[in-house]
Amino acid sequence: MKRLHIPTWLERQRYLLDFTLSSLGRRKGKNLALTALYAMVVFGLASVLMYTQALRGEAMRILEGAPDVVVQRMVAGRHDLIPADRVERLSRIRGVQEARGRLWGYYYDASAKANLTFLVPEKFWGKAGEVVIGEGVARTRLAAPGEPFPVLASDGSVVILKVRETVPSPSELVSTDLVLLSEPDFRRLFGVPPDLYTDIALTVPNEKEVPMVAAKIRGQMPDSRPITRAEIARTYEAILDWRSGLVVLVLAAALLSFGIVAWDKASGLSADERREIGILKAIGWDTSEVLAVKAWEGAVISLSAFLVGLLLAYVHVFVTSAPLLTPVLKGWSTLYPSFRLTPTLNPFLVSTLFLLTVVPYTVATVVPAWRAATTDPDAVMRS
Amino acid sequence: MRKSDRFLLFVAGALALLEVARLHSLHRGRERNEEVRGMASMARRLGLTDLSLATDARYARHPSQADRFAPFQDHPTSLEHFPSGTLIAPPPP
Amino acid sequence: MIRLQDVRRVFHQGRPDELVAVDGVSLHIEGAKVTVLRGPSGSGKTSLLALVGCMARPTSGRIHVGDREVTSLPEHFLAEVRRRTFGFVFQQFHLVRGLTALENVMLPAYPLGGSRKALVIRAQGLLDRFGVGSRSRARADWLSGGEAQRVAIARALVNDPQVIVADEPTAHLDSKLSAGFMDLVAALRDEGRTVVIASHDPIVHDSTVVDRVVTMRDGRIVGEEP
Repeated sequence: MKRLHIPTWLERQRYLLDFTLSSLGRRKGKNLALTALYAMVVFGLASVLMYTQALRGEAMRILEGAPDVVVQRMVAGRHDLIPADRVERLSRIRGVQEARGRLWGYYYDASAKANLTFLVPEKFWGKAGEVVIGEGVARTRLAAPGEPFPVLASDGSVVILKVRETVPSPSELVSTDLVLLSEPDFRRLFGVPPDLYTDIALTVPNEKEVPMVAAKIRGQMPDSRPITRAEIARTYEAILDWRSGLVVLVLAAALLSFGIVAWDKASGLSADERREIGILKAIGWDTSEVLAVKAWEGAVISLSAFLVGLLLAYVHVFVTSAPLLTPVLKGWSTLYPSFRLTPTLNPFLVSTLFLLTVVPYTVATVVPAWRAATTDPDAVMRS
Repeated sequence: MRKSDRFLLFVAGALALLEVARLHSLHRGRERNEEVRGMASMARRLGLTDLSLATDARYARHPSQADRFAPFQDHPTSLEHFPSGTLIAPPPP
Repeated sequence: MIRLQDVRRVFHQGRPDELVAVDGVSLHIEGAKVTVLRGPSGSGKTSLLALVGCMARPTSGRIHVGDREVTSLPEHFLAEVRRRTFGFVFQQFHLVRGLTALENVMLPAYPLGGSRKALVIRAQGLLDRFGVGSRSRARADWLSGGEAQRVAIARALVNDPQVIVADEPTAHLDSKLSAGFMDLVAALRDEGRTVVIASHDPIVHDSTVVDRVVTMRDGRIVGEEP
């Protein structure tokens, strides 16, 4: 009797949607609040996922420029300065094209209450007594090119350096807290003897030889810790993995509690709703049509929340550089980068979010209505 | 207007905005691509190993160079006490 | 038109609170006539009405609607028969709250998926016919008792059914409105529709409109007139 006739089916679904919307409209405030709350949960989740995913993507590309191997020296389990003669020893290992001692360290600037990273480039282009600073340093210390840059040296004296220039802003993601200076200035400021480096960077042209080189280093210098570029990449994979991170955990908890609220709301079919289902059945609606209305009810709320949350998250992360997430990154630091990540609307992410938000909510709305929808239509006459 | 049409129009509008976002991502992605390339070459030139995302702790500033047990310096099971640690977990062993 | 053969309806069968609502009823309801089921409350008239209207399946016995045996139809097909053949008017009117009068009238046609324009015209026409056309945009919960019943009757007619089934339709109406309702019933019969009413209201079963009164007690038929 009932063959599937597409135009009729579509028209029927539109009628059912009409009814659903009228029905939701009766408790407009409550349903709008519910949708808004759900949209906020989606927004938070989508923001974190988009942000970390975009950041990971950029990190992977940027860190391709990182040294092939960095060799640290460990003393009693702590990172320590490495003797300069090891540069020579390391460069003799097969597969190593070049070994270079690096000088870098942290400096706490008490006036700006900021941690800065001092770094000696391989070829510093400034003169002695000059520094090149990152945008973030310029912002927090309010130092502009040409201005003095006082630093408290390790011997207690104040050394006045001069800002030569700032590192251009688009590279803030890697350079915001950098202070680049010459080797003699670095050694003088921090009291590092000339025969010591912070660590040693190796160039290993053949990627396949890297693990072998690392193993050899561990064998020849048991107190050293070689860090390969693959390990650096793995670190960033791990820390920006969307499953890790308390934010996602907190949001998952929010999602869960929302689920409980939604379930409670949906499963506790009110007497009114039960009566309404009875009426619909009595005037000739079929069980499947009653369930379709319930499915639409769940879909209208969750789909609206999903679309609104997703769009807001995109704007938040990629148009306004995630102002709500930066407090987390900023943490207790006063110096932080300002950057706008590469925007992505990853289909996998979008469909995952869709499946996580729309499907469970719709199911949670339909299932509790099942019993009410399958009761005999004459129940409404007996009540 | 019919209620169902109003809702479908809303969905269509949202999808259209999503498409705008996609176009924006393509456009802005090309722009940002140059910047990322610049940062990669800066990393090569200066020998950078990490992103300067957070500066409140050594393991947050240079996660790849930090001691493996840095987050647990006070106690092996001590709770994370830097806010940035909520986003940047300690590296795996 | 509708034939019932030895029909029984038992609630909570096999349990201590077992209740035989309809106990072996055989009845032939003729087409284009007004039939009233009379009896005290608990006599089984509402249960019998539900069986006649295909809202419930009998525990045993057979029911034919036209030439069709409906007792063995699956639920899905029963719903189809229900919405195409029957229009229902309930004691409490059972309008869906929060929806407008017009939407309420249109509801039974939603599952059919026909043209909406035609449906709106049909529904508005019915409301006009029963004198509540001006209230079509009013929400069901704002209607007076008399208005609500007219809307309920309009809803029963929207799918143009052959049979109108009404359960205690005058229970919430005063004498004047009840008499008005019987005039409507007369008009429906004159259009060739079959009307079945369950009622213990004298205004209904003493009305000249009624062709036949069936008296029930304890789930059985105890008298018929004429």
